[in-house]
Amino acid sequence: MVRQLKSLNMSNMLLEVKNLDVSLDGEKILENLSFQVKQGEILTVLGPNGSGKSVLLKTLLGFLPYEGIIKWSKKPKIGYLPQGLNQLMIKDFPLTVQDFFALKNIPSKNKEIEKYLALVGLEKDILFKKAGSLSGGQFQRMLVAWVLISHPEVIFFDEPTTGIDIGGGETVYSLLHNIWKQEKLTIFLVTHDLNIVYKHSTNVLCLNRKGYHCFGTPKDILSMETLEKVFGKEIKLYEHN
Amino acid sequence: MSYQLFLTLISGMFIGGVAGYLGTLMLSKKMSVVAGPLAHLALPGVAIALLWGFSISLGAFPFVIIGAILIWILEKKTKLPMENLAAIIFASGVGTALLILPIGKAEEALVGNITTITPLETLVTVALSLLVFYVVDRIYKKMMLMNVYEDLATVEGVNTSLYNLLYLLSIAVVVALGVYLVGGLITVALIAIPAASAKNISKGLLSYKISAVAFGILASIAGIIIAQFTQLPTGPMVIISGVVLFLISIIFHKKTF
Repeated sequence: MVRQLKSLNMSNMLLEVKNLDVSLDGEKILENLSFQVKQGEILTVLGPNGSGKSVLLKTLLGFLPYEGIIKWSKKPKIGYLPQGLNQLMIKDFPLTVQDFFALKNIPSKNKEIEKYLALVGLEKDILFKKAGSLSGGQFQRMLVAWVLISHPEVIFFDEPTTGIDIGGGETVYSLLHNIWKQEKLTIFLVTHDLNIVYKHSTNVLCLNRKGYHCFGTPKDILSMETLEKVFGKEIKLYEHN
Repeated sequence: MSYQLFLTLISGMFIGGVAGYLGTLMLSKKMSVVAGPLAHLALPGVAIALLWGFSISLGAFPFVIIGAILIWILEKKTKLPMENLAAIIFASGVGTALLILPIGKAEEALVGNITTITPLETLVTVALSLLVFYVVDRIYKKMMLMNVYEDLATVEGVNTSLYNLLYLLSIAVVVALGVYLVGGLITVALIAIPAASAKNISKGLLSYKISAVAFGILASIAGIIIAQFTQLPTGPMVIISGVVLFLISIIFHKKTF
């Protein structure tokens, strides 16, 4: 029975990482990292600034050289919300929201775009507004729609603007959580915000600067002891149920 | 209208249009000024052409193409910004030109000689302009996405290295043509001004592209005709026409915030 369960688990395994080492400019950023991700899971990568969270995502995306094993069970269609891309960055581009969607590999019809804008809670008249003139929250929602419209199986979500309030008290994370429930996506979430770990993840991978890492369910990981190792002594934990 | 003026107008319109189009891409990459150093790199080629008595565009081409490829290779190797690399290229171009350029004949190199263009040269100019227009159009969206955020383009499956090369080669061809129209010193304006004017009056991508091409063509026509009537040099007049259009565009500048 146990064996059967195990093989069943293996069958929907999406990603296996074994003994991963990543160095940038001669400095070891990630060392001997191992974890697995199954289809439909939300893996939260947790850790303080500079612990290599974004580097891990970029390595998984294939942007950076590495040593060790990164094995995808099949080549998934990937969506990526990078860190630091906000409305201010494209303020200088004469791009409407419609233009921004047209930059995709396979451009969509306006009807389709409107459908996805509605999904993330945006009005369709935003289509003809300048992308750079949207508010921070609107822009984040728009980016989520931009990623979702190509039906990715896996989304890499690199802490765009942590805790940005996108209206009605809803964060971009809860928006993503709802979409995850509807579309059965696999999500890689990078954050240093403990609150969202409890609410939104199946598994947690924690990294810190000193080469310590841990991997498990939120309940396993989020003990005082582990968190102290990851973030240092000053951490305060409020358990959510 | 004389046959020579007709040839000048045709080639001027095509160069102006394609330079304006390419300029919109360069402005969004914040590298409009890169065309300047590349054009200066054309100067040694122009000098050789003047010394040996062949078409200055022909002399300019190999130099700017090699310059573009050099920038591409150096950018991959050193990860320095293209702007910075272009500055290095610039110094080598002007330095070499100053050594060999016959100063007495320098005017042609500095302000161009589009008014003496031959029918064959016109044909080549039109063909090259159309070719570059086609290439820029094909790479436009992907380049724009790269300019917004390079990693986003990589995830979308864009071969960024190939696109950068096509982009730089397009710049090189337009610069070589621009040297013919307005001379090596001010080619950069041919690329930078129409895009800037277009951005002033555009909210979306389509109007940005169309108005930049229109401004480029308009500046060329106006400059060539005014120069014809006033007996002033054509190249500088084309640029001044562009500047006037830019000033007008400021009046219509739409504040989007």
